[in-house]
Parts: sequence; structure tokens; C-alpha cells
Amino acid sequence: MRKMTTLAAAATAALLIGTALAACSSGGGSSGTTTLTVEDYYQSPQDKVMEGVYNTCGTALGVTIKATHVPGAGLIAKVLQQASAKNLPDVLMLDNPDVQQIASSGALSPLKDYGISGDGFAPAVVKAGTYKGDLYGLAPAVNSLALFYNTDMFTKAGLTPPKTWDELRSDAKQLTGNGVYGFAFSGINTYEGTWQFLPFMWTNGGDEKNIDTPQTAQALQFLVDMMNDGSISKASINWAQSDALDQFTAGKAAMMENGPWQFGSLAKFPDLHWATVPMPTRTASQTAVAPLGGEAFTVPETGDRGTMTTAGKLVKCITSSKNQVTIAQGEGDVPANLATAAKVGASNKLIQPFVEVVSHARARTGELGADWPKAATKIYTAEQLALTGKATPSAALKQAQGSN
Amino acid sequence: MTTIDAAAGRSRDLTSLRGAQRPEGRRARRRLGLTQWLFLLPALAYIVLFFGFPIVKNITMSFQDYGTRTFFTGEAPWVGIGNYLEVIRSSLFSTTLINTALFTIGSIVGQFILGLLLALFFRRRFPLAGVLRALLLLPWLLPLIASSAVWKWMLDQDSGVVNQTLLAIHVIPAPIPWLSSPDVALVAVIIVNIWLGIPFNVTILYSGLQDIPGELYEAASLDGATGWKAFRYITWPNLRPVVSVVLVLGVVYTLKVLDIILGLTGGGPANATQTLATSSYHYSFVDFTFGQGAAVSNILIVISLAFSIVYLRLNRRAVDE
Repeated sequence: MRKMTTLAAAATAALLIGTALAACSSGGGSSGTTTLTVEDYYQSPQDKVMEGVYNTCGTALGVTIKATHVPGAGLIAKVLQQASAKNLPDVLMLDNPDVQQIASSGALSPLKDYGISGDGFAPAVVKAGTYKGDLYGLAPAVNSLALFYNTDMFTKAGLTPPKTWDELRSDAKQLTGNGVYGFAFSGINTYEGTWQFLPFMWTNGGDEKNIDTPQTAQALQFLVDMMNDGSISKASINWAQSDALDQFTAGKAAMMENGPWQFGSLAKFPDLHWATVPMPTRTASQTAVAPLGGEAFTVPETGDRGTMTTAGKLVKCITSSKNQVTIAQGEGDVPANLATAAKVGASNKLIQPFVEVVSHARARTGELGADWPKAATKIYTAEQLALTGKATPSAALKQAQGSN
Repeated sequence: MTTIDAAAGRSRDLTSLRGAQRPEGRRARRRLGLTQWLFLLPALAYIVLFFGFPIVKNITMSFQDYGTRTFFTGEAPWVGIGNYLEVIRSSLFSTTLINTALFTIGSIVGQFILGLLLALFFRRRFPLAGVLRALLLLPWLLPLIASSAVWKWMLDQDSGVVNQTLLAIHVIPAPIPWLSSPDVALVAVIIVNIWLGIPFNVTILYSGLQDIPGELYEAASLDGATGWKAFRYITWPNLRPVVSVVLVLGVVYTLKVLDIILGLTGGGPANATQTLATSSYHYSFVDFTFGQGAAVSNILIVISLAFSIVYLRLNRRAVDE
């Protein structure tokens, strides 16, 4: 769940329409594969880390790697266009909640054909990559959401990081004032807003199959209360996660909900002192359930068996334990393999809190599979209705659940 | 020039041939017919390829279950009017329809009144008039992605320059939630679109004003018609054909506005700025249900078409008069 721009999607959409007209096919190489194409949505500085991994693997396999980086929100549109033109890349990276939807279209090949299994990986990683019993995508490194807090502000106010919703609410209230909001998050009307609401919803027993439940309403009510307290900016309903980060780094937010992929951006502010804790739960006895984030690697069905076999070897190499560590360190993610994650967590203090979170994480597509986007739309719709005061949380959830 | 000469020469040949030998004349006429078609061919090919094909494709797509799967398998099962029923029955449809109407009416009224006032203003001769008029075109020259990003930043509730200024001069007691309140967001989006539409209105109306002969005003001023009366009885009647062009084109352009809304609010908050155009975009490029996206855009095309017909009829009546 990296930052996405709607306009980038719009631009790609225009591109898609244009090229759909010129959808001529061009076949891939034959069995003596010398070049593999890889497509992902990594941007600087992550793209360099990934290219390093691709090239190391390519050298080991004796092939040249040609990597293309497509801006976040435009990736699926690009993949669809390539699917209709029959020139899908040999290895395709997908955001994990998209894997099942693309797999359901028949564009991907099962990873078992290349001897890849999810053994030892975090259960949510395998669940996210599996469609109808077969594994189609595997993520080398994953992430989730946690609470980032400004340690200076907390020390000054004599507070300790919150563990429960009540503490989060009272801490946020206390830290609000003088142009500072206690808490920043992304409540935007996109899947990004849904993703940020999930820790509250899932931890409290909410479920995406039916969002019109008291548990989900209670979670939404909590955010509405925080907003009514003035602890959350009303503008957060237009914020992406990168905007929440900007508020936090500018010292305008004492806490934020965000993920480890922001470590790199946070490092650019040496005067900003911060730390992370797992997202607070409503009661101390609840276990925090956070959504699984991260990108899975897949082998598209290009029709050329020989090349696909080599591509499978590349995916196997990218997802190997050694490269999981490289990617995790380079991007601020957690290795997807539980044993590897534990090892990295022991030596890396920043990643350590996320190791625990990821092991309990839940895949967004775990229950609904390819139907997840519909539920995700309902969730952010309800969230927007409630946060803007258009409806009470329970009415908003009821209305969104009933819509189609 | 040469083509006209050639054509004239050919028709002269034709008349001379017609009297003499019939079979050759028929062949020549056939050749003429063929030449005419050849001249038409580039234009026809262009229209079929770039207008006909997308429209036909969009119409057929709106009757198909055209989703992510279609791109890989090529299968798009026929669903009849299913897509139309689905989008019309959706709880969002009435909201988008009302928003589209409000957005279009608000934008057009604002753009036209401000555009006309500015055009009248620039008719007066004063220093730097030319430079100022050129500056007015600026919104037109900026890429929409850039200007919507800047507007989004200026309209920010907490630290945006608009609220800071209004607060500083005590016009408002509390920050206006421009883009974060469902009750205000549509107004904010309309304001930005008015800013964007002013250059178009000023340019066309100004050139219309230039075409009104100065003698009319001189004669009228002798009869005592100046100021408002001169506008009411000379400017407005003479400007009417231009006004109808500006308004109808404005409506058609405004109905399909997408980028400004996506850049500012993405259709939110709580769908308060969702129009037919943004919802069509959403169906197609977020949900990847291209059939339903096509259905919404066809509804939008029909509405635009209705206004285009109004425009053509107005034009014809103007000619008849």
C-alpha cells in the first residue's frame, strides 16, 4: 500500500484507451531465454534495492533482467492493457490484495509449477497469494500498520505510548493544541482509507463480509469521537498516508498511523524523534489484528513454457530467505518467512515491533478473494459518511452495506 | 487554388464531352465520382477511426460484462441492459446526477457572468490592458494536474492560504472546510472550475464584442442611450449568437470535467463531488467494471448530445432570422 495518485491513474487510463486500439501481439523469447522482463511499481529509493536483487538473481540464472517501474495506481490498468495485447512481463509484481483478482482472470500461472511453496511464510502471505487452492503470488517482504509517536512531545507531556483506545483518545486530546493535532491518519475515499481503518475494525471483531455490525460501528464511532474532540484534523478525510506523514514530520501531528515503508522518509528528519508501538486495542485483552501489506511476485501466463520456467526460478530467487533480508532492510519491511523475520527482528530495532504485528496480520483478500474491492469500497464509503457527520457510524455502515 | 482550378478545368471538359460521346462521358463521370470519394477518404477514415470506432465500441461495451477477465480471455458476455439497470439502480446514481447538474449550472453561471464582465471591462482602452488580458489566459496554459494540486493546497482547511487570508482579514470567524465538508466541497470544486473557465468565456465574448460596430454606440449615444441602456439594446442583442455558442459549448465542456474533481477531492468527501464523469471513471478504472463505466459515460454522452442539438437549433434559428 504505497502512495498512490489518482491522476497518475487517470493518465494511465488515457494510455490504456489509446493502446487498446493498437493491441497487436508480440511474442516473447523462445526456450533459450536470455532476457527476462520484470514489472513492478517501486519508486525511488526502493526501485534501486529491487533492481539490485533482480540483477543478482539474473546473474545467478544467466539471464539479463529488464525492469520497468510503473507508478502505483497505474499498474493494474497497465497489466490489463498488456494482457489484451498478449505482452505481459515475464515476472509481475502485484500489490497483495490484487493477486486474486488478476489470478481469477487467468493471467497468472500457479507457482507450484516452478516448485515454489509458501512453507514457513506468514500465514497471511500465503492466503493473500492463493486463489482456488493454488499459490499464484508470493511476497518476499511484508509490512503492516503501527502507531508512530513523537517521543519529544510525549516526554514533554509526561505521557507513555497508548495501549488502548481510551489511552489513545486521552493522549491525543492532551497533545492537541497550538497547531498540533494529537493523531493523524488517512481517511481518504480510496482503498488506502479502508486499509487504515482495518486495524480498528478487525481488532474489535469487525468483519468485511458484513460491515453493518455493532463491532465495526464501535470502531468507527471511536474515530468519529476523536475527530469531534478535535484530536484529528477534519482534513484527514482527504489525506493519503503520505499526507499523514507530512503532518507528522512537520510536527503538526503527535501520533500517526503508518507503516515501516516510511522509515526512509522519516530518516530525512534527524531532529524528529519518534518510535513505534502496535496499534492500540479497545480493551487491553484484545489482540491487535492489522492488515497485511506488501507486494507479491507472480509469473504471468505468457504462453512460452521455457521462459516461464526461467521466470519461476527468478521468483524463487527473489523470495529466497537471503533476498527477503536484503529487501526487508532496504525497504523497511519484514521478511515474509517467519524464521527469517525473527532473525532480522532480533538485530533491527526499527523492524522488530512489526515482526510481531505481521505474524498476526490478516490478508485483505483472505475471506472475500476477488470480491474484496467491493467490500473495501463499502468500508471507505461508510467511513467518509461517518467522519463528515453525514450519518452516524451505525447508519453509515448500514447504508454502505446495502449499497452496490 | 490549384485544386479549384483543376476541378473547374475538369468540369469544363465534362460539359464538352457530354455533348459528344456518351460512353466516354459516363466513364469520365464515374472517374469524377471516384475522385470525389478519394478527396473525402482521409476525412472519412479519420472520423470512422477516431470517432466512430470508440463510440461503437463504447456502446457495445455497455451491453457486455466487460471486466478484468475480458482483457485476458477476450470474452465479454452479453448482458443486455443489465449494466444500465445496475448503474441507475445504484444508490449513488441520483447523487451523481444532481451533482452533475449543480456543478454544470454553477460553473456556467459563474464563468459566464465573470467572463462577460471582464470582456466588457477590457473593451475600454487603458494602460496595460493587453498584458492583463494575456495574463487572464494563464489558467488555460497551466496543466490541470498542476493547477488542481495547487488549489488543493490553497484550499486546505488548516494551513491553506485561502483560509489564512480570510481569517486574517476577519471575513470568517472559523476556517472553512473547503474540501473536507460534504456541504462545501462541491462549491469549492465549482469555484476552481469557474477560475478555469473564465479565459474561454472572456476570449470568445471579447472577440464578439469587437465585432459590434462602434457606429451603433455613437448613433445610440446621440439618442441618449448610454451605459446600461446601450448594453441592453445594442451590446446584448448583437452578442446573442456568440452568447449561445459560449453557453452551449460551456455546458458540454463542463459536463465531462473529470481531472479537476479527481485532483481536488477524488469525488469525495462522502461522494459529495461525485459526478457522472467521475463515477464513470471510477467504474472503469478503479473497479475495472468497464461495462458499467461505459453505461454511465453513454448516459453522459446522451445528455451532452441533447445540449448539442439545442445548440444546432439555436444556430439554425439565428440563420433563419
